[in-house]
Amino acid sequence: MSEAAVMHAAVEPAESPLTPESWGKLGMWIFLAGDAMSFGGLIVGYGLLRYSSSNWPVPSHVLGINLTAFMTFLLICSSVTMVLSLSAIKRGDQSGLKKFLFLTVLGGVAFLGLQAYEWSHLIERGLTISGNPFGGALFGATFFVLTGFHGCHVFGGVVYLSCVLGQALRGRFGEHHHNGVEIAGLYWHFVDLVWILIFTFVYLL
Amino acid sequence: MATAHKEPNYLGVFWWLLALTILEIAVIYMPVARMIIVILLIGLALSKASLVGLYFMHLKFERFTLGLVALTPLVLCLFLILMISPDIHP
Repeated sequence: MSEAAVMHAAVEPAESPLTPESWGKLGMWIFLAGDAMSFGGLIVGYGLLRYSSSNWPVPSHVLGINLTAFMTFLLICSSVTMVLSLSAIKRGDQSGLKKFLFLTVLGGVAFLGLQAYEWSHLIERGLTISGNPFGGALFGATFFVLTGFHGCHVFGGVVYLSCVLGQALRGRFGEHHHNGVEIAGLYWHFVDLVWILIFTFVYLL
Repeated sequence: MATAHKEPNYLGVFWWLLALTILEIAVIYMPVARMIIVILLIGLALSKASLVGLYFMHLKFERFTLGLVALTPLVLCLFLILMISPDIHP
């Protein structure tokens, strides 16, 4: 070990205080807490604008609840495949890791495809970011900003998980080396958790 | 080194999430007061979010302080609602 490395180890604790298994996991949690505040700000802003408006449309009359319920189901399924991939690699099951990671990526891609279908359908009916024929001038703006911001996160998650899948295919993970999968999983479950809230606040309420 | 804990029943959590989602859809068609629907939907959404956080993100098995980090955004959002509530004019 070099002299610099010895000095570095002397001044920095080797173990993360909150997540003893890795600093990366703590980093992801702090990132997610910050990201949650972004979503929180947007959802609270949405609530403020909606409550202040006298002619806000009933979302279930305008938006496709059945389709988005299915999208919610898809994200829940992809969260399950994500935890199953982590569970597989903890047992040293390489093929299980690859299979479940692939299914998770597939779930994310399917979600994005359905969101693109939903958006194009709503735009055809006149719902845009600058206006809509259903009442409540900012209904379209808040809908596209909230679901679009979440969609960007799903897209980022698909790219992230594809990179993790690439590493898995090269055999980078093992029974005692699976932090990368766990950290990516945290991000993906967060995306699922936020969608659960968006589904309720934007589509159902 | 990874912290060892008993693996949760992931499929059991999945069935709970699915049941709560179906319940959410049913709630919006219930012939009850709007306020009851709002309370039920928010309660169901928070229950589902808690299941994901506790079991899929393993918060139930992490250190208590990490749970506080995870709860901080919720507290700040409640604070935000409190701060902007005087400006809400329905």
